[in-house]
Amino acid sequence: MARIVVVTSGKGGVGKTTTSAAFGAGLARAGYRTVVVDFDVGLRNLDLIMGCERRVVYDFVNVINGEANLNQALIRDKRVDGLEILPASQTRDKDALTFEGVQSVLETLASTHDYVICDSPAGIERGAHLAMYFADDALVVTNPEVSSVRDSDRVLGLLSSKTRRAEQGDEPVKEHLVVTRYAAARVGKGEMLSIEDICEILSIDLLGVVPESTAVLNASNAGVPVIMEDKTDAGQAYDDIVSRYLGEARDHRFLTEKKGLFGRLFKG
Amino acid sequence: MAVNASAGAAFELKGRMAPFTVLQVGTAEIDAVLGQLDARLAQAPDFFAGMPLVVAPAEGVSLDGATLEALVGGLRERALLPVAASGLPAETAAVAGLGLIRNLEASRSGSGESGRRDTPARAAPGAARVVTQPVRSGQQVYARGGDLVVTAPVSAGAELMADGHIHVYDTLRGRALAGVQGDENARIFCQSLKAELIAIAGQYRLSDQIDAGLRDAPAMAWLRDGELELNAL
Repeated sequence: MARIVVVTSGKGGVGKTTTSAAFGAGLARAGYRTVVVDFDVGLRNLDLIMGCERRVVYDFVNVINGEANLNQALIRDKRVDGLEILPASQTRDKDALTFEGVQSVLETLASTHDYVICDSPAGIERGAHLAMYFADDALVVTNPEVSSVRDSDRVLGLLSSKTRRAEQGDEPVKEHLVVTRYAAARVGKGEMLSIEDICEILSIDLLGVVPESTAVLNASNAGVPVIMEDKTDAGQAYDDIVSRYLGEARDHRFLTEKKGLFGRLFKG
Repeated sequence: MAVNASAGAAFELKGRMAPFTVLQVGTAEIDAVLGQLDARLAQAPDFFAGMPLVVAPAEGVSLDGATLEALVGGLRERALLPVAASGLPAETAAVAGLGLIRNLEASRSGSGESGRRDTPARAAPGAARVVTQPVRSGQQVYARGGDLVVTAPVSAGAELMADGHIHVYDTLRGRALAGVQGDENARIFCQSLKAELIAIAGQYRLSDQIDAGLRDAPAMAWLRDGELELNAL
């Protein structure tokens, strides 16, 4: 049986889809059969970030409505073996997702994959609730600013009360914190929350920190999961995140300001 | 002899936030409601005596004036004090001599999502409720009839309520309301005070009214002669 992992945040625009794509690609690269499911019905993005938007024929809602079978809707990634995506519908809204439909699709995917990554929409309404409901693990994506942290806190409350594991009294959903768009220089100036502050407020385990990086935007524009860009800081940060998730101990990086040549000369 | 008018106003109108117990009526069959209520009252007769109640129909249940009047009569016979209705037309409430609270649902923000930690509200009077998981933004925990002990952080946007004392052996960032049934001896203790709001028996203080010197440190809140006091511990 696969692990079902929800990538969630509450707040929009913090990097859920970027994280879903990178994390899914990283797991597949490590040899696990992985599928990334886009739950953002109506605001489909995952296919763009993963560079397969021109290959979408059928989608998640078609499968739920019985208009297509799962194999017709799944898109196989051309770069990484064992990576598939299930795109969302762009023409429908979140009400098109039914509880039974989602359950049946996730159970089928779980029987044929090692990891099912659910890319949650923003908010805490129906789409986000269905994305987290069946999860075993959660990656909570947070930016280093107060409103994002507050929303993540709210989502953590829902993960511990409104999921299948919570309702059935099973072992709780394992929560991992992923801090994205972290700019050490701005933290130093007091413009952003520090990692210590975020961890203290949310009191969950830190899985990784992804630095603010132009590599993320470039990779999105090119339709490449940023983890494939091995030479970039963000790509390496996601590689660390996948390895830590799989149980490898790696030190946290990108927590301090990178000093340029002049910085080194003048500040020692 | 006339009361000396120059000593000050004879009355003041004050807006106070106070929690009410809502009697949510799941059926228009009043005998069924009162019958089940009798069974509940038999378990803890003194606990419910004199309790002010807001009567509200559950979703999909309609109560007419006569039914509401019969219900109110039945409640008064049982020493309960229905004071207002909610979710009903003003005329219907007026028939039974009740006031009307219009925005009850709005004030209940987030309580539906408080989840499984919020379900066991049936603690015996005097029993403490112990919460070991973080209380997150949007969650509400109420220790009915006793103290509330929290051994994990309480986030901003979370709400703790207790009929007795509240103890937080971690950082308190949310709201804490002790003595919500009016117990003026209730106190609030926390290991690190960063609360948004502290209230005891309806006397409250907002975060910006809390002395900066008391913040981020262990503190206790209590009532001295009806006035809220905060002390470092």
